[in-house]
Amino acid sequence: MKAEVKPTGQKIKSILARHQSDPGMLVPILQDVQVEYNYLPREALVLVGEGLDIPLSQVYSVASFFKAFSLKPRGRHLINVCLGTACHVRGAGRVLDEVERKLGIKSGETTKDLKYTLETVNCVGACALGPIVVIDGNYTGEMTGSKVKPLLESYK
Amino acid sequence: MANKQTSNRLNSVVKLEALRNAILAERNPNKPCITVCGGTGCLALGAEGVIAGIKRGIEKGGLEGKLALRITGCPGFCEKGPLVVIKPENILYQQVKAADAAEIVSETVKGNIVDRLLYVDPDTGKKTTYESDVPFYKKQKRLLLSDNSSIDPTKIEDYLALGGYAALGKVLSNMTPEGVISEVKRSGLRGRGGGGFPTGAKWETCRKAEGEKRYVICNCDEGDPGAFMDRSLMEGNPHSVLEGMIIGAYAIGSHEGYIYVRNEYPLAVKNAEIAIKQAEEYGLLGKNILGSGFDFSVKISRGGGAFVCGESTALMASLEGKVGEPRAKYVHTSDKGLWEQPTNLNNVETWANVPLIIDNGADWYAKIGSEGGRGTKIFSLVGKINNTGLIEVPMGITLREIIYGIGGGIPDGKKFKAVQTGGPSGGCIPESFLDLPVDFDQLDKAGSMMGSGGMIIMDEDSCMVDIAKYFINFLEGESCGKCLPCREGLKRMSQILADITEGRGKEGDIDLLERLSATLVDCSLCALGSTAPNPVLTTLRYFRDEYEAHIKDKKCPAGVCKALVAYSIDEEKCPGCGLCVKACPVEAITDMGKKKPVILDKEKCIKCGACYDVCKLGAVIRK
Repeated sequence: MKAEVKPTGQKIKSILARHQSDPGMLVPILQDVQVEYNYLPREALVLVGEGLDIPLSQVYSVASFFKAFSLKPRGRHLINVCLGTACHVRGAGRVLDEVERKLGIKSGETTKDLKYTLETVNCVGACALGPIVVIDGNYTGEMTGSKVKPLLESYK
Repeated sequence: MANKQTSNRLNSVVKLEALRNAILAERNPNKPCITVCGGTGCLALGAEGVIAGIKRGIEKGGLEGKLALRITGCPGFCEKGPLVVIKPENILYQQVKAADAAEIVSETVKGNIVDRLLYVDPDTGKKTTYESDVPFYKKQKRLLLSDNSSIDPTKIEDYLALGGYAALGKVLSNMTPEGVISEVKRSGLRGRGGGGFPTGAKWETCRKAEGEKRYVICNCDEGDPGAFMDRSLMEGNPHSVLEGMIIGAYAIGSHEGYIYVRNEYPLAVKNAEIAIKQAEEYGLLGKNILGSGFDFSVKISRGGGAFVCGESTALMASLEGKVGEPRAKYVHTSDKGLWEQPTNLNNVETWANVPLIIDNGADWYAKIGSEGGRGTKIFSLVGKINNTGLIEVPMGITLREIIYGIGGGIPDGKKFKAVQTGGPSGGCIPESFLDLPVDFDQLDKAGSMMGSGGMIIMDEDSCMVDIAKYFINFLEGESCGKCLPCREGLKRMSQILADITEGRGKEGDIDLLERLSATLVDCSLCALGSTAPNPVLTTLRYFRDEYEAHIKDKKCPAGVCKALVAYSIDEEKCPGCGLCVKACPVEAITDMGKKKPVILDKEKCIKCGACYDVCKLGAVIRK
């Protein structure tokens, strides 16, 4: 599992090199770090700060400001329930309720077994299919509460 | 690799035209080409299987010489995806499945049409063969979107074949920077990102501003929920955006540009990256573009999922690797923007309009549209509407034409209630305004705004207080927290709206909402805060009775607000089929046997509405 891999100086260096160690590219750099480790481990943030020669406080403020970043390990499967306006008027709130109930977690949380992380997104731009649930990048459209259980079960 | 780059590099406009002619000479315009939409919407509907099937069919039959396959961007009719269009006739197949692929291949090669995949007009019941005859497309004016279905966005040659980069050639060989600015000014082009600021004037300010460097930025941080125009352009025709940026950079005198793309749009990022690489290879980006001596390079930056970064100063802060907080604009970004240097930011759609203006001239462009906005505008038509999708229309068209003419009206015979435009900063427009011409000025007058172009249709089942709450909650979450009116004001408004929708509303709540709104409008630091009350103000203006029903009668007329509705079973209508029993996630409904009505336990009921949705006989009552 990716989340258990310890950040190494070498990995971070290669990510920084990809962005010419440009402090202006902090957001894309952190995105690449997150792809590598599935979240932003503290050690990685320290290494990024050192590599770019910027204070850790600045790295941390950016890492905690943007929604796309997680400072905690995330589950194997990332569930995103779209709460865009089009999905909302078609009942996305009830779909989210059902996912929360089935997993026993709230949006923004990860199940204890590190299997699922539940998040919401403000529109994936596939409004014709709303309400939409995206799991690990795969879109499922026209969701209803009763379709939640079989969908979750298809991601073991 | 280095050799290859030198060989592909075009060092004059003449060479560009020679390349274009060579590409065209190689292509047989009459060779049938199966195009499949590879946009996010169609991919989500299973376009990948269709593409694989068609590829297989062509290979199996050894038909490579007779039939071409092209994976294109989004043509717009998402409702009926996956979409397949057969060129050159433009025969439209809709809701195509992987299983249909083999037949499409075998029939197309014989010159036949697969009748069962054609679009059926729901009003007349007649089948339509050609894309242009489908009512959804017929009433549009597709200047920007039309190329989406002819181009493989990962192939610069496709863009060149349609006359791509000719505008850039014209600019670099025949026009001065001032001449370009004056042409854009005369066209009447206004910013498509929401503000509607005249583009030419913005460029001029930036050109005249003092600084060591100038930057141009393309804003593709399309954060309005329910809007995906910019995504489709960036995914489907990235070179048109790039060409616009290069022309703009030349006019402004900039040599460095950024495309800031929303993190939720992975395909747009990928296609923009490919486009930049190809343009560099051909010498359309980089040093000495087309031998003109003009240098310009572009970098891509992905957003971090913050709505406020669509605001220009917040976006620039994020580009500098800082927290995406806006700053007060006493000094405009055209004077001091990115790294304190003069910076010109336009949105994707604005940039894509530029080559059109240069190619066809300002006079041609200024004839399209209305007083309150020149040219066309792309809208995403979503929500409770029959034909969900992307549409491009001349400014000045009425809402009625859009919703009923193009959108095909409201599904399931429901009644139209409102259309929400302008995203979270916009407002809800009621039925009495359906004949309003859509342009920047008219929408402002109605209390809403053009915004980036999301149009969310609501029907009688949508609760307007809930919608206002939805947007205020959204904005409360997205407020960066830097200024107090926005941070605390939205929090209070959100609490009041929660009270109203959960049955704790009291007299005076509406007054308080209005007063808080006035404070936000006057005192917020940036446009996120100052426009945030619009959804509340417009729903109060046009749907005040719904607020009053929630507060005084503790009722939600649309049956949306959970705390104010209860579910029950109409014993006379219920045949005891048991569908609702299976649908109920908490076993609150008990099956009493065949032909006996079911029993609903109100104590156990969590009001999820699953029973209401499955019952087609109207036996579940929601009041």
